Amino acid sequence: MLLVYCPYCGVSRPETEFSCRGEAHIARPADPAQTSDEDWVNFLYMRSNTKGVYVERWRHIHGCGRFFNAVRNTVSDDFLKFYKAGEPMPDLEELAKEAGK
Amino acid sequence: MKRYSFLELAKNAFSAHQNWGRQWRSPEPKAEYDVVIVGAGGHGLATAYYLAKEHGVRNVAVIEKGWLGGGNTGRNTTIVRSNYLWEESAALYNHAIGLWHGLSQELNYNVMYSARGVMMLAHTVHDIQVAQRHIHANRLAGVQNEWLTPEKAKEYCPPLNISKNIRYPVMGAALQRVGGTARHDAVAWGYARGADDMGVDIIQNCAVTGIRRGQDGAVEGVETSKGFIKAKKIGVVAAGHTSTVMDMAGVRMPLESFPLQALVSEPVKPAFPCVVMSNTIHAYISQSDKGELVIGAGTDQFISYSQTGGIHISNHTIDAICELFPQFRRMRMLRNWGGIVDVTPDRSPILSKTPVQGLYVNCGWGTGGFKATPGSGHVFAHTIAKDEPHRINAPFTIDRFRTGRLIDEAAAAAVAH
Repeated sequence: MLLVYCPYCGVSRPETEFSCRGEAHIARPADPAQTSDEDWVNFLYMRSNTKGVYVERWRHIHGCGRFFNAVRNTVSDDFLKFYKAGEPMPDLEELAKEAGK
Repeated sequence: MKRYSFLELAKNAFSAHQNWGRQWRSPEPKAEYDVVIVGAGGHGLATAYYLAKEHGVRNVAVIEKGWLGGGNTGRNTTIVRSNYLWEESAALYNHAIGLWHGLSQELNYNVMYSARGVMMLAHTVHDIQVAQRHIHANRLAGVQNEWLTPEKAKEYCPPLNISKNIRYPVMGAALQRVGGTARHDAVAWGYARGADDMGVDIIQNCAVTGIRRGQDGAVEGVETSKGFIKAKKIGVVAAGHTSTVMDMAGVRMPLESFPLQALVSEPVKPAFPCVVMSNTIHAYISQSDKGELVIGAGTDQFISYSQTGGIHISNHTIDAICELFPQFRRMRMLRNWGGIVDVTPDRSPILSKTPVQGLYVNCGWGTGGFKATPGSGHVFAHTIAKDEPHRINAPFTIDRFRTGRLIDEAAAAAVAH
């Protein structure tokens, strides 16, 4: 069971209050008609599935109901950072280095 | 290879069973192989075995980061069945069932395959409709599967609680009689022994750290912790770590890796005759020949490589088991663990050539790969040897995610998604 921090509510709650919604920062193609098959495949199905530091979306379903992003190490399951949806992706190498200290 | 027989057993009794000898060698890697298989689990070893046996490709190495059969092969709940929905899947899993039947004789190794029946419970009207649809589809595809009323289900599995006053009463069940269990370790060991005997090198404790590609893009070999090994063809069969390995060759995969949990109880006398699974309340259970109840739980909701799962996931499964089988309420659990399973978007595996010349991949078995071990190895060996898929695995390409010809088995997978 993970302890997840919601940046909107400002509280840490058990994982069961949240729903994990997969890899973050995968943008929907802006112009579907002009998007190639390869780009659709990448958007719909291909995932980085990183072993290590990874960004993912969470939703506080039994709380405020809002989406936010988290940086997590998928080997140790330690969270390195939580941030609101729409904020830019943090520097993952920098975060990994800090966590390693 | 020393064949195992009653005569051998009697002979070895005179030397107090001290001179049986090793079942396979521990060779140092050669400089070059025709085929390198990455991952010595059941599927990888079966691939090597059939490459050597059916296709005469014997200059093969199976490279394993840990120890043989120590990943998901040693971590699963050993269930064998083939009652999947679509024709493509029915062909693949039924191919495996066919091989399971003669596997102990084929390998001269007791894999303890026991066709004790797999019963999948229905708890809602929707469950009944889905189960009936599966049964009809299965019958058309030549896969054995039948419908049982709650009373018939209890007759088949007496510990089952079919009273109407539980939270999710049993409203019926789909039974596949040819389904059952097998001894998971023995499958890996049997294939390892057979492959080794035909000249396949099984190299354990040797991690693959890179895949080298030439000017033309084709594979040249693998970088490992024991140095570079040249190879004309590489088959990646690395389960939860497949996308990590494929990344070394620059191929992105439609895979996500989740921890899937299982647990076993203390061993007790035979008390449970078959395999019972329930998608809706999420539990599956059988009893091993050693006497332990083998229980499968779900996956965590996030990707992870930790080989442990959240305690609330196994707790949820135990709740369901206690309600369905009240006689087990006071059983003590001995241990639980997690395995890292690679899940595709359509919950069907990928057994395919890749955009890279000489690179093949067998992955995406998700939460239920053990049942397919012999069939998977058999058709994947064909794919590697002939450089084209076998008729059975032809639909299971990576390309299906581009063409849209998905094989949607989300409902047939034992784990509710």
